[in-house]
Amino acid sequence: MSTPAIELKNITKTFGSITANKNVCLTVNSGEILSLLGENGSGKTTLMNMISGIYFPDAGQIFIDGKEAVIRSPKDAFDYKIGMIHQHFKLVDIFTAAENVVLGLKEDGKYNIKEVEKKVAEISSRYGFEISPSKKIYEMSVSEKQTVEIIKVLYRGANILILDEPTAVLTPQETQKLFAVLRKMKEDGKAIVIITHKLHEVLDISDRVSVLRKGEYIGTLNTAETNEAELTEMMVGKKISLDINRSEPENCVDRLKVESLNCIDSDGVKVLSDISFTARGGEILGVAGIAGSGQKELLEAIAGLQKYDSGSIIYSDPKSGKDVNLKNKSPYQIKELGVRLSFVPEDRLGMGLVGNMDITDNMMLRSYRKGRGAFLKRNAPRELAKTIVKDLEVVTPSINTPIRRLSGGNVQKVLVGREISLSPSVLMTAYAVRGLDINSSYLIYNLLNSQKEKGVAVIFVGEDLDVLIDLCDKIMVLSSGAVTGIVDAKTTTKEELGRLMTKNSKGGADSEQ
Amino acid sequence: MLFTIAQFIKAAIIQGIPLLFGSTGEIITEKSGNLNLGIPGIMYVGGISGIIGGYLYEHGNENPVPILCILISLACSLFGSALMSLIYAFLTQTLKANQNVTGLALTTFGIGLGNFFGGSLLKFFNESGSISLINTGLAYKKTLPFAAKLGLFGDTFLSFGFLAYLAVIIAIIASLFLNRTRTGLNLRAIGENPATADAAGINITRYKYISTLVGGMIAGLGGLYFVMDYTAGAWTNNGFGDRGWLAIAIVIFALWKPKSAIWSSFIFGGLYIICVYIPGLSSAAKEIIKMLPYLVTILVLIFISAKKKKEHQPPASLGLSYFREDR
Repeated sequence: MSTPAIELKNITKTFGSITANKNVCLTVNSGEILSLLGENGSGKTTLMNMISGIYFPDAGQIFIDGKEAVIRSPKDAFDYKIGMIHQHFKLVDIFTAAENVVLGLKEDGKYNIKEVEKKVAEISSRYGFEISPSKKIYEMSVSEKQTVEIIKVLYRGANILILDEPTAVLTPQETQKLFAVLRKMKEDGKAIVIITHKLHEVLDISDRVSVLRKGEYIGTLNTAETNEAELTEMMVGKKISLDINRSEPENCVDRLKVESLNCIDSDGVKVLSDISFTARGGEILGVAGIAGSGQKELLEAIAGLQKYDSGSIIYSDPKSGKDVNLKNKSPYQIKELGVRLSFVPEDRLGMGLVGNMDITDNMMLRSYRKGRGAFLKRNAPRELAKTIVKDLEVVTPSINTPIRRLSGGNVQKVLVGREISLSPSVLMTAYAVRGLDINSSYLIYNLLNSQKEKGVAVIFVGEDLDVLIDLCDKIMVLSSGAVTGIVDAKTTTKEELGRLMTKNSKGGADSEQ
Repeated sequence: MLFTIAQFIKAAIIQGIPLLFGSTGEIITEKSGNLNLGIPGIMYVGGISGIIGGYLYEHGNENPVPILCILISLACSLFGSALMSLIYAFLTQTLKANQNVTGLALTTFGIGLGNFFGGSLLKFFNESGSISLINTGLAYKKTLPFAAKLGLFGDTFLSFGFLAYLAVIIAIIASLFLNRTRTGLNLRAIGENPATADAAGINITRYKYISTLVGGMIAGLGGLYFVMDYTAGAWTNNGFGDRGWLAIAIVIFALWKPKSAIWSSFIFGGLYIICVYIPGLSSAAKEIIKMLPYLVTILVLIFISAKKKKEHQPPASLGLSYFREDR
């Protein structure tokens, strides 16, 4: 066999105490398509970022065409003829396709955009892209933007292409077109890596598939010799028991009823598609799904932060027993209606707390409208801040320290503490334990459990399947903005969840675009 | 009547030249994403530095050579405004200070510096009176020799000192540079989306430094034109007025296009002095008419935000610091 285009040997990369990649070995040959498969946080993108020069490995070697390579910047990667197409496009909106392609290049000769446009058209016809070189980026669809990114890489003469979740934003038709282009590039002798978590795509496009799980390299298989079940198992691994005290749900009542919720974002992409579920008081409803499957939009729609196109969200008031429709209400209006809704958003310092204010002031974000007179009453929030610091073991010099100076776990404790102190009847948390150490995580789990025992309807958006299975009572699985299943957490398996998460929802977001 | 109109056009152009220097400089700076509100201060310093240079030369010589008068004051002016721009670039790029605060502080500083030297330069040399550089002023005011022979046309459009033509030439070159060169493309990309430019291998810090420096030096020439040509070598404290802010307003009015800045500057120059040409105005009415340029700028702002046309918007990352770690 000829020398591989890329060979990775024992690559390790850590960020602080978190190991993103541990002794990963991988080979990619010219003229083949390799799928890199793994769950969220399995280290796929980190690994590829080391090849494209965004990160530098802590240990291990990279060989390009058999020679050891040191890649310290994206420019070094260009020099090794490596091009990566990121999930978030790096394009200048008001420039044309050709201008974006030529940006930053130091070519000889006079700068002539007409020549560039001609070359772009040449590349397009060679691989079967459909693009107008003089079209401005802001007038383009997502798929056209992706095409520009690919042409950019090819224009620079890349022989190794890495695509990070290229189909996440594409319609099935666009995906098929992309795959046709990728096959042509493969015939042209290019080495292609596609990062994905969609199993049917792995089976459809790739020659071989390598699997990562929690930063570790699991194995590589020939696509022709494997199947979805085997890949799912490699991807999610065996169940690990976490020992979370889960109490039996008692006196459950319907609290929040979401019916056929549809939402289209500003780019015209359907982010929520016909979502229906009921969150019940006294239960923890888990929400599982690959990142970006609509979790954020769903929670924000309930909280009154995201406009939706159709569907309804009905809250049933535990005191009066009356139903309240939350459609198109602002967070303030929702509160005024007597709906006790607490929301721990994913973006803690962006949406949840103000980084430059201290703990007391952050408590007041929820209560500043209380009281009469011109001056704020600070005693109650100060007491609350003290209680939270004490009960939740927040490590901080004082309650007057700006929040941004606390560590991520402590910030999260302050936020969760504040939201729980409002004695909510619905508590929504998004990735509540992300970045937290084991002890803090368990503290949060116990808090959620005690809320559940008080009869609160808890919605827990999580990423770790082990946690979801051990903590929640029911798990709803989202895929591409649609519900692919609501399962009982006590009887489900990781394999089942993994399958639902990667399922190409029929009649869902993918096929309707 | 025709004569009055011709006089007005000529006066509008003369008023517009400092504004054109200022706005061209600010456009080049803003295209890199740096919102340099220090431009009024930089223009002040450009003026006073030229005065200082010219004074030191004229003061020591019995018979100053016109060309040396020009070269020395020009070099001093460029040096002064470059130094001011460097302060801005260092604070905002290297130390990542807030651009608005830095710019406003720089304007206050520049005006203070100008007035300090304007008030005390003569005292350093034990002279009294006010600064008046007759020889340097005359050298700057020298017009094209054939202008006088062309009658009203020559008087209206060709009877300016060389800096006036330089202003127009610089604006045209700036336009070609931004739209027709690789470097211009890279510079615009930084102002629009620095993360993308960074990923494309463009050295953001270097581009931002250089564009701020060059932009500031061009703007400084506006101050120099004012003190050397407009007032013929005489300095009065605060004489430059609010022309620096007008230059920044023109950047918006011209939709960040140097070519449009040319006619915009002349329109603003005209609006600035039109009160003189309307007979029988009270002084209060004059002040109201002087506000017209700002009013027009606000209307343009309303217009561009209502139209939402992407090409008419300011550079997308204008005023923001770029941290590579954020990407």
